[in-house]
Amino acid sequence: MSDAAAGPVADLAVIGAGPAGMAAAVAAAGAGLRVVLIDAGPRLGGQYFRHPPPGFHARRPGALHHGFARFTHLAAELDRHGAEIRLRHRVWAVERGVPAAHSPDRTGTDVPSAAPRTRPGTSAGGALTGPEGPLRTAGGETGPRDMPGTGPAEPALDGCVLVHCLAGDREERREQVAARSLVIATGAHDRVLPFPGWDLPGVFTAGGAQALLKGDLVVAGRTVVVAGSGPFLLPVATGLAAAGARVAAVLEAGRRLAAVPALAAHPARLAEAAGYARRLAWHRIPYLGRHTVIAAHGRDGLTHVTVADLDRDWTPRRRRTIACDALAVGYGFVPQIELATQLGCATRGDGDGGPVVVVDAGMRTSVPGVYAAGEPTGVGGAELAEAEGWIAGRAVAADLGRRVRPAPALAARRDRLAAFAAALSRAYPVRDGWRSWLTGDTLICRCEEVPYARLTEAAALGATDARALKLLARPGMGWCQGRVCGYAVARLAGAEAEPPRRPIAQPIRLGDLAAGAGALGHPLGDDRPSDPAPAPAAGGGADATADPAADRTEDRTADPAAESTTDFAAAPRDGLTADRRRPRRRRTQQERTPDDDDP
Amino acid sequence: MTPTPRPGGSAGEPRHAGRLVGARPEPGFEITVDGRPLAVVPGQTIGAALYAGGVRAWRTTRFDGRPRGLFCGIGVCFDCLVTVNGEQALRACQTEARPGDEVSTG
Repeated sequence: MSDAAAGPVADLAVIGAGPAGMAAAVAAAGAGLRVVLIDAGPRLGGQYFRHPPPGFHARRPGALHHGFARFTHLAAELDRHGAEIRLRHRVWAVERGVPAAHSPDRTGTDVPSAAPRTRPGTSAGGALTGPEGPLRTAGGETGPRDMPGTGPAEPALDGCVLVHCLAGDREERREQVAARSLVIATGAHDRVLPFPGWDLPGVFTAGGAQALLKGDLVVAGRTVVVAGSGPFLLPVATGLAAAGARVAAVLEAGRRLAAVPALAAHPARLAEAAGYARRLAWHRIPYLGRHTVIAAHGRDGLTHVTVADLDRDWTPRRRRTIACDALAVGYGFVPQIELATQLGCATRGDGDGGPVVVVDAGMRTSVPGVYAAGEPTGVGGAELAEAEGWIAGRAVAADLGRRVRPAPALAARRDRLAAFAAALSRAYPVRDGWRSWLTGDTLICRCEEVPYARLTEAAALGATDARALKLLARPGMGWCQGRVCGYAVARLAGAEAEPPRRPIAQPIRLGDLAAGAGALGHPLGDDRPSDPAPAPAAGGGADATADPAADRTEDRTADPAAESTTDFAAAPRDGLTADRRRPRRRRTQQERTPDDDDP
Repeated sequence: MTPTPRPGGSAGEPRHAGRLVGARPEPGFEITVDGRPLAVVPGQTIGAALYAGGVRAWRTTRFDGRPRGLFCGIGVCFDCLVTVNGEQALRACQTEARPGDEVSTG
């Protein structure tokens, strides 16, 4: 089956319909661009504005949110400006190329002829503090391409971005969206640290407990402990308490929010923090700094947790247990940047936060025509995300020749919020003492069930970095593609988390992958609906997954498997003996299909 | 595998937050989980319906047989996989229930 036709080329595709993506889509559509907004979820809003389905007929859908009016405003604006919205669309690959119908004389991936725009500084550190420069460099009105003599006579971007989607939450039709520009607004997911028992049912990520509550109105437990690090624990705890859970404690491994100096300079944030403090007090919820959960216990599900107070390095001191049937735990967030890295966008280390996408003051990435907004440029919360979305949408419009008035106040707002986010991030580092929570049989990788002992074995065998650890002991090779354990594995290897290498961003049926081979390095022409016999995927780790024999299986494969195929090819076979305790893991790609995950 | 009921000590099912948001849910429908009926509010995910129905583990891992259910809640971790109407390996937290769905776990 071929992809559904890409349809006419949109001016802009926005991936992610959270605060950043919605704002970007509104800004661009408001400037007259044809915008397609894509999201995997069934409703607009992303994680932050996740809300119940219409079937609940909630009269106060915003009761569990901070600032839900922003969401209703953005949703109304999307409607008013006629942005096309595609929900339940999971993006599994993005690529640059030239649709055959658009430029029939061109094949292969393409670099736009338009010169890269002015880029004030390469690090976002510089960009954060700069003005909304590129919008101004164009005479204060429009993008540089509209300045006489600087742009080609061709359309400003003759390269297109092709977004490959799986539509529907179970049927999974393949669809593609072609657009002249792309805004990556894919948000973030919880950053979790492993500890004994963290895979017991009843243990949630902090965001998971909140998603269940905000999206499905289900309270994670009767008695809940909220633990981890960062200010996000507070809305999670107060939300659960408001919904009727008994929150036994909020345990902050770092310092309590009120003790963060940066707060003093931000009255609105200070007020928000005070609001949380009031609600915690109202519900009689203890909020303890330098404490966390270091173990979860139960047979078939969580029954109690071990709580420890921590020294400066997070090494546990005194311990006690708390009975609970749910635990919500999170240590900040990991930006989801794999689509940006697929396209080759430059990244940078964001201190403790791992890799983020480098952008200029107009949210342009290093790849022309590709923009990023929100958490992928650095975790900073919904308000910052929305500001970046506005800036990105306006920059897209300017770059495509629309008149966009300068908005220095918007740039200043973004700078202010970003500075605060950076200060907050610095105030909540993950300390190395968490490693002392681990025991030999503590799972590090939940998918592949890799215990800590196997990582230490691999290290003893010479695996000195995260990649070698992954090859020897297989953490991060399963369904979740290392999203859950990647940060922990990197830290255990003594390194910063690296940019993700996920040539396929979502598990996909092998047949679909083979049919969509164009996304994996083949000229775009091969992926056109008019071509009934697409060539098998070429290059990289995709070969094995696109094996025509595999095509018939209708199984899905997760990309790390794809990656692992190449990795193993390059690795000394002896390396696999680190896995000798479970020799049956020496399997081929074809065997590593999801069926294995469900005995 | 049959759904694991919530262990003792955590009395009853998780609460609903319907009152907080002023919800007036439409009449629900039923799906079956390993042959047993389960009530669903229209629009709820299969994962949420299972959890709200007191089932918090519905899969065991392939090596150590460890119980798994919801964890990340947003489709990232793939812990909550279920089979729905024969379609394998769907994330329960991402899959909206439809009337008559036959969910099998294990």
